[in-house]
Amino acid sequence: MKWPRQRFPLTTKFTWVDAIIALLVFALLYALVTLGSGMDVHFSDVDQPVIHLDWWLLPYYAGRSLLRMFIAFFFSLLFTFVYARFAAIHRRAEKIMIPLLDILQSVPVLGFLSVTVTAFMGLFPHRLLGLELASIFAIFTGQVWNMTFSLYYSITNLPRELQDAAAISRLDSYSRFTHLELPYAAIGLVWNSMMSFGGGWFFLAASESISVLNHHIQLPGIGSYMATAMQQGNIPALLEAMSTMVVMIVVVDQLFWRPLVVWAQRFKLDTHADDPIESWFLKFLHRSRLALWISEHIFGSMLRAIDSTVVNFVKSSRHKQTHSSITPHSSAWKPWLSRGVALLGILLVFYYGFQGTVEIAKLGWPQIFHVIILGVFTLTRVMSSTVLALLWTVPVGVAIGLHPRASRITQPLVQIAASFPANMVFPLVTLVYLELHVNFQIGSLFLMMLGTQWYILFNVIAGAQAIPSDLKEATRVLGLRGWERWRRLLLPALFPYIVTGCITASGGAWNASIIAELVTWKQQTLVATGLGAYITQVTTLGDWPAIVLSIVVMAAFVTTVNRIVWRPLQKVAEKRFRII
Amino acid sequence: MTDLLELKQINQRYDSPGEHKVTVLKDIDLRITTGEFVAILGPSGSGKSTLLRIIAGLIHPTTGTVKFLDHPILGTNPGVSMVFQSFALFPWLTVLQNVELGLRYKDFPNPEKRRRALAVIDMVGLDGFEGAYPKELSGGMRQRVGLGRALVAEPDILLMDEPFSALDVLTAENLRRDLLELWLEHKIPTKSIVMVTHGIEEAVYMADRAVVLSRDPATVIADIHIGLPHWRDRKEESFTHVVDRIYMILTHSRDIQPEAEDTATGGRKYIPLPQVPSGALTGFLELLDDLAVKSDLYKLADQIMFELDDLLPIVEACGLLEFAEVSQGDISLTPIGKQFASATLLERKELFRARLLERIPIFERIRWVLDSKRNRRMPREFFLEVIRKNVGSEAADAQLDIVIDWGRYSELFAYDESSRVLYLEEEDGPFAEPAAP
Repeated sequence: MKWPRQRFPLTTKFTWVDAIIALLVFALLYALVTLGSGMDVHFSDVDQPVIHLDWWLLPYYAGRSLLRMFIAFFFSLLFTFVYARFAAIHRRAEKIMIPLLDILQSVPVLGFLSVTVTAFMGLFPHRLLGLELASIFAIFTGQVWNMTFSLYYSITNLPRELQDAAAISRLDSYSRFTHLELPYAAIGLVWNSMMSFGGGWFFLAASESISVLNHHIQLPGIGSYMATAMQQGNIPALLEAMSTMVVMIVVVDQLFWRPLVVWAQRFKLDTHADDPIESWFLKFLHRSRLALWISEHIFGSMLRAIDSTVVNFVKSSRHKQTHSSITPHSSAWKPWLSRGVALLGILLVFYYGFQGTVEIAKLGWPQIFHVIILGVFTLTRVMSSTVLALLWTVPVGVAIGLHPRASRITQPLVQIAASFPANMVFPLVTLVYLELHVNFQIGSLFLMMLGTQWYILFNVIAGAQAIPSDLKEATRVLGLRGWERWRRLLLPALFPYIVTGCITASGGAWNASIIAELVTWKQQTLVATGLGAYITQVTTLGDWPAIVLSIVVMAAFVTTVNRIVWRPLQKVAEKRFRII
Repeated sequence: MTDLLELKQINQRYDSPGEHKVTVLKDIDLRITTGEFVAILGPSGSGKSTLLRIIAGLIHPTTGTVKFLDHPILGTNPGVSMVFQSFALFPWLTVLQNVELGLRYKDFPNPEKRRRALAVIDMVGLDGFEGAYPKELSGGMRQRVGLGRALVAEPDILLMDEPFSALDVLTAENLRRDLLELWLEHKIPTKSIVMVTHGIEEAVYMADRAVVLSRDPATVIADIHIGLPHWRDRKEESFTHVVDRIYMILTHSRDIQPEAEDTATGGRKYIPLPQVPSGALTGFLELLDDLAVKSDLYKLADQIMFELDDLLPIVEACGLLEFAEVSQGDISLTPIGKQFASATLLERKELFRARLLERIPIFERIRWVLDSKRNRRMPREFFLEVIRKNVGSEAADAQLDIVIDWGRYSELFAYDESSRVLYLEEEDGPFAEPAAP
């Protein structure tokens, strides 16, 4: 992007809009300072942060949680830029980096929460910062992979002629990234970020309050508030926390994501405008001279400064190259450097791979076999929860998607439902289960469904909306009704969307199993036989070999199912059921 | 005159293991001097654009050197800029920002850069549109931005890759004239223009020299000096004479198909099929039948509003199957072609089948393979491998698609897309369900 100087509107007087913006900016800065100062306080076994269940503390806890979310998002973005760009440009690195990403994204994030918590606590002993970082890291790993894939695919799909145009203009890699690759990827990246951020709430709620190595630790935040309410069996506090959560999701959507999505529309490649998206907040900002001033003089000049520095640097280095006849020294050691890094990487992989194998070997075959069987149990639950979700979301999604008015009303609701961390509803459901003596082996399946079904619903609605109207009319003219209509039109047209929804849903269900197969209400605990419950149990005990084994097994299950079930279905969907 | 650019023995090959090497460009020598407007002409797929990108330094040739002002170029050629067929504007930048991109690393202070960019925008006729985004502009105006971005850097050589082929007729003509005016009246410091095109008329209208390339692989088959004074009149006899001459060179080059025997492999050689679906072929034959006995190719193309690029493959296909023949730039139906054009649907299929088996070895081979299998089925991959060995993996899929299209039309064999299998239908039950693979 180029950051042009914008011309200000001719009026010079400040309006009430500016006053509000000024207040907003001030409040934001103050909140950052207050909330941030709570992040690095002293803590020890006796001196732990206590969560108070007073309702007026909720904004503070919500703010702490929100700060965590945004820090994690910032790092996800940073990681995405570096990793995706590197993988997209360097052919040799790509061969390792992309499969690695694929495996990383199937590692259950909550499973290695225990590992990261201990690691970060070791880095910052007796300070809350370690825990804070562990929680942020959990959110980070929950959202980063999708974003990285999105950017990577965009960069590799850049139109050939645009690339050539950039090469003819001899753009350096920074300018190429900011002027070509990032703008080209912007729309996809913003949508993906929004989705990943929505998914991040789940990991936030799960990572603020954890039992690890026989300690129960809580970070001030909405997730801990929830957990405390659950321990004390305080239902009003529980409901208050849930409503705060909904408010927070809506506010972040309206003040952050919506404006960003609308803003990103400028990076559209073609002209054709379907359903312009609007954001009242962005309009509001556009009306404010102060906001314009900030974007122009603070962000704008910052970016312009970086831009001109880079250009000058490139200019001078190109001058040197043309004026000196000797080839630059850098090319001599560069290949050795990359070889050295690769060798180091290989050595590290072997070292830790060996150690991990030794750890697991201590457990013996019966134990390993036992964990695999548990994996089969959880696999059954993941698959059944996806199928069950399909049963209701497909008819409902079609009903909504085929009626424009219904979809306009319900779509935002579904979006909120998808973002709402399902683990916050777990305690209420647990209460119902305890009262009604529900079999938890099956009951836990519904807990898993709670969070994941929305992804399928979301996709089915989008799919139903995308059916071309002439196909619908043709179906009517041909007199296809009832089951025939489903068989000939709806199911084939929805198939690609259903597959996409199911992939997201089942991926989420694996992660959810870690907290959905073992729940507590006051002192009562419900456990279902499965790999998820096993991971929670060994994590609490701090049984290292078992932790390593169970994570590896779960990652293996996820990857295998992806390769055997979802990838082939995705291929079929792309080849046979794509509506041209 | 000094040599601006010198290409020496340029060869471009794509080879991957287990395949025949596919040569795109073969032994190309080219010198371009100051003051020349050169058009590079050739059928589609001949590697014109590849050649242009080699000149630009975007692609490095397999062998051979490119010299700019007597210095071999290693990276992007410093003396060129380029205009693209699809314009290749950055949609998120305004007209002004797009043009300024061409000045990014120049040693001017920012106000000077701005001044130069605005001057160029004015020059290409976009005054008043500095702040507009490309998507607000029409195709012609977008290409003006593309031209402005290329010219602002004041390159010694301006490269143009089919710059007018994405525009409608009137807009293209308008832009051609404007560019020619800039060039002829020395309003731009550009020393030479190299334009890739498939429009013969366009080349003869604008350029001083036409370099004609052949296909599979591309070699320079003619280098024609166009000495007509500007501005040229398309209706004048001297103009049409040059156009006709290039037409003949291009159509004639296709007759020199390699003869069917290939001693190295022992069998008959694979003949690459032109990318023409059977429907287009039959339609064209009907059209020829409706027209006079002989038609001038050049006029015919004009009449049915076809570009040379679209028409030549069809002509080639007709010639390959002996449905029509070309001589002296005229095309006429052969007796078989006449018979075909007036036949019923079923008769046509039979005729077509006979032609395929007689003229194109791959069909005989496919039929033989299917006949000799007990279940009379063979996966697509098998034949793809056969074709790949001859034309390389890039072209193989498209080739097999055409083979399957022609084979299906003539009912030589059938094909099931979902299982990707070629098979023979049962003689008595043509609608038998294809069994699972």
